[in-house]
Order: sequence, then structure tokens, then C-alpha cells
Amino acid sequence: MGGKLFAVILVVIALASAVPIVSHTFMGANVSLPEDISTHGHDIDKQLDETMIEAGLSFLAAQLVLAFFVFQSGGRNGVLKNFPGGAKYLVVAAVLLVGAEAIALGAMGTKAWGKVYFEPASADALPIQAQAGQFAFYFRYAGPDGKFGVLHPEKIDEGNSNFFGLDPENDIPARDDITSAELVIPANKEVHLMLHAKDVGHSFYVRELRIQQDFVPGLDLSLHFTATKVGKYEIVCTQLCGLGHYNMKAYLNVMSQDDFDKWLKAQSN
Amino acid sequence: MRVSKPCIAVLVATLCPALMFGGTISGKVTYTGTPVKQKPIDMGKEPSCAKQHATPITTETVVTGANNVLENVVVYISAGADDTTVPSQAVTFTQKGCQYIPHVVVLHTGQELQVVNADQTSHNIHPMPTVNREWNKSQPPGSPNLSEKFDQPEFIKVKCNIHPWMAGRFAVLKTSHYSITGDSGGFSLPNLPPGKYTITAWHEDYGTQTQDVTITGNETKSIDFSFKAKAY
Repeated sequence: MGGKLFAVILVVIALASAVPIVSHTFMGANVSLPEDISTHGHDIDKQLDETMIEAGLSFLAAQLVLAFFVFQSGGRNGVLKNFPGGAKYLVVAAVLLVGAEAIALGAMGTKAWGKVYFEPASADALPIQAQAGQFAFYFRYAGPDGKFGVLHPEKIDEGNSNFFGLDPENDIPARDDITSAELVIPANKEVHLMLHAKDVGHSFYVRELRIQQDFVPGLDLSLHFTATKVGKYEIVCTQLCGLGHYNMKAYLNVMSQDDFDKWLKAQSN
Repeated sequence: MRVSKPCIAVLVATLCPALMFGGTISGKVTYTGTPVKQKPIDMGKEPSCAKQHATPITTETVVTGANNVLENVVVYISAGADDTTVPSQAVTFTQKGCQYIPHVVVLHTGQELQVVNADQTSHNIHPMPTVNREWNKSQPPGSPNLSEKFDQPEFIKVKCNIHPWMAGRFAVLKTSHYSITGDSGGFSLPNLPPGKYTITAWHEDYGTQTQDVTITGNETKSIDFSFKAKAY
């Protein structure tokens, strides 16, 4: 009798667990994800949905099968009936099924992921450098000359707002570089973000952009994306980086092209 | 006779040392050339600080006043006045609006420094000396003042790791004969017994300058310092 009751409980748990899966899948991504403001985000959301459906159905099926066997063996003091075809074949079949599912998800997912990581940014993308350091982000624009100044880490002087270590005295392209604590970008224009860390590992995460990318000390990493909606969004560090990690954030400010041009001009003066 | 109490105090404070020593060195600190424009600070990541500033504050590496006056210059007696008496009064260094107030703190070696966090956010105070011992302490909002001291004379950079734009200086001196320039650029070193003195003027970006002055008695000697502004 105990076994049968347990089987019923298993079914109830499985069905109750299905509620968030079903609501996520049928009520749309808005239930669990913030609004998507990027051109590539749709693919990622779709991938998340597919993963949710596949994993959700597998979970439900596994729970129901488990409940079936528990029910069948209920009250027989732990004696199991034989698995259909023997336990060995069932285990092999399960491994193959799960393996195929994982590989399929990976293969499909690569397409969405590859759009951001495997394709280079287009030539006319707006280049912006992003620097992460304990415990703030700073962003650098090339300025009117379109050239970035060379970085001299020994010249970093944060109290003097020289966060990147520019040398305007000797390096002419550095003189008009614009440094900002806010990542200001125009909407509907591709942005090429070049990331480097000043000290330890950090992460660049904007939920609405569907982008999360670690900063790795010593590596120059690259991202490209196009934001589609004007607004202000939070950039948070999602890699534990020390005492002030909780406080490490910046804002992504997506503006219309006109406003962006004005902002850039104001920064140059 | 209630009226006379403060009057007497003021008289004693101003006249007595003057009667005893009399020598004073005073003057003004200016700059030539065009100093680099100070940059506005974006405190967006710390809204509790940002809202304390109606207009964004700027960096304070070079602070100037009218008529080419240079502020935040520490003028002190670097030789001639042996002064081992450590003032018993503590010096206060406050973090308010994610800014160090004052930007430059002058301390005697061994003098107590009180660090205050008046903000609604955590700060960490990180002085970066090369002669003294380096330390780095965090101070959450509402926590008690930190009490610290430095044993060796040194000009020390101070930063907050949580708010990278915050920058200050501790000027640790072996003397209590010092003056720091404000918006008038003036300084005054009173109560000097007769003798030969070396006066040093220190600015965080422009470095130091020295002048020798001899005080023979009850007199006021006037000296000025002029720093050359850096274009970058």
C-alpha cells in the first residue's frame, strides 16, 4: 500500500513541477526573462524554450515511468518485476536517448551562440573598448580621429580619471579618446565591444542583451551586438571579483542615433 | 564678566605665541601656464552618492582659484624647526558623496587620523604608502570611525577600491608648522623662533619646491611659490 501511495505522490510532484515548464513555454518568454533588446536575442530565447520543452518533457516522462514501476511493485516488499527486455538494454537505451538529446541541444545551440561569437563584427560596427577593474566598468571611444590611443598600464591614474592609462602628452590619438562610466550606444547600429580586464576576472552581463561574457586577465575578447530599443539597462559583473563585487555595475544607455551623436559631441568638448 | 572669557581665550591664542616667538613666514602659491581641465566624475554606479551632487563634481588633481592661485598646496617647514611634539588632537578625513573631504589631509607623524564614512554605502580606505605600512580597510555605512596613524613622513596616495574615482592624499609631516592653501592661495607659518628654515611647497601633481628663509626676530617674511602647470 505504501508503494502505491508513493507512486501517486510521485505523479503529483511531477505534474506540479510541470506548471512552471508549461507556463514558461506557452505563456512566452516574458514570464521568466526580461525584454529582449538585441537582434540576436530571439535565437537565444528560442533555444532556451526548446531546452525547456525537451528537458521538461524528459523530466515528466522519467517521473511518470518511475511512478509506474513504483506502483507496479507496490506492496510486494521491494521485489521488482523484470524491466521489459531486461535492465541492461533499458539503461543503454536511456543513455543513448539522453546523449542524443544533449548533443542535439548543443548542435542547435551553437547556431545561436555562434552568431555572437564565431562571426566577426562587421567593418562599420562602432568600436568601443570595455575595461573591467575592481570594482567598476569603464568604456572608451576613439573620439573624432577614429583612433584609439595606446594603453600604458603604468599611467593609470584613477584619481585623475585616467582609468585606461592613456598618455596624452606623447600619444596624439589618445588626446581625443572619450572615457565614460556608462556604455552609451546608438540603437540599431552594430557595436563592436572589445573587452579587457585590468586586474582579475570579471563578467559583462546585460540581461536584456542576452549577453554574458567573462573578462579574462591577459586576454582581449571581442563581442558584437545590435541593440534595438532605446532605454537604460543595467550592466552587472557576474564573476565574483572581490570585496566590492556586489557593487560592480554600470549602465547601458541605448540612445537614438541623433542623441548619441549629440552625446558624443558633448563628451569631446 | 562672562563676556571676557572668549575674549581672553582669543587674546591668549593670538597674542601670546606672537609675543613669545614672533617670526612668521607667509606668502602665496600660484601657477603659470594652463592647467589641464579637470574632468567631471560619473557616479552612476553609486546612486546614493550621485544624488548628493546637483552637478557632477570634478577630479581634484589640480584645483585653482582666481588670479592663478593654486590650491591644495601643503607649505611646511622641512628643515630648521625640529618638532617632535605630536598634536593630541585627531585629524578627520571624511568620505561624503563618494568624495574625500578634505582632498588633502595634513598629519604629524604619529598623530591620530579619524576616518569617517558619512555615506549610505560601503567604502574601503586604501592608502598606498611606500615608506609606511600599507593598509586597506573597509568601512560599511554606519560603522564607527577608523583610527589610524603613520610613523614616517610621507605623501601618501589614498583610494577607494569600490569607487575608483575617489582619490585623496595624506601628507604626513615631521612638523606641525604647516599651512595648506585654499581659494586665496595664501599660506602663513607663524610662531617661528629665530633661525634658518627650509620651506617646502608640495603639490600632488606638480611636485615640490623649496626656499630658504632666515628669521631673525619678531618679523614677517614674505615668500611666494610659483608652479608651472602641466598641459596634460
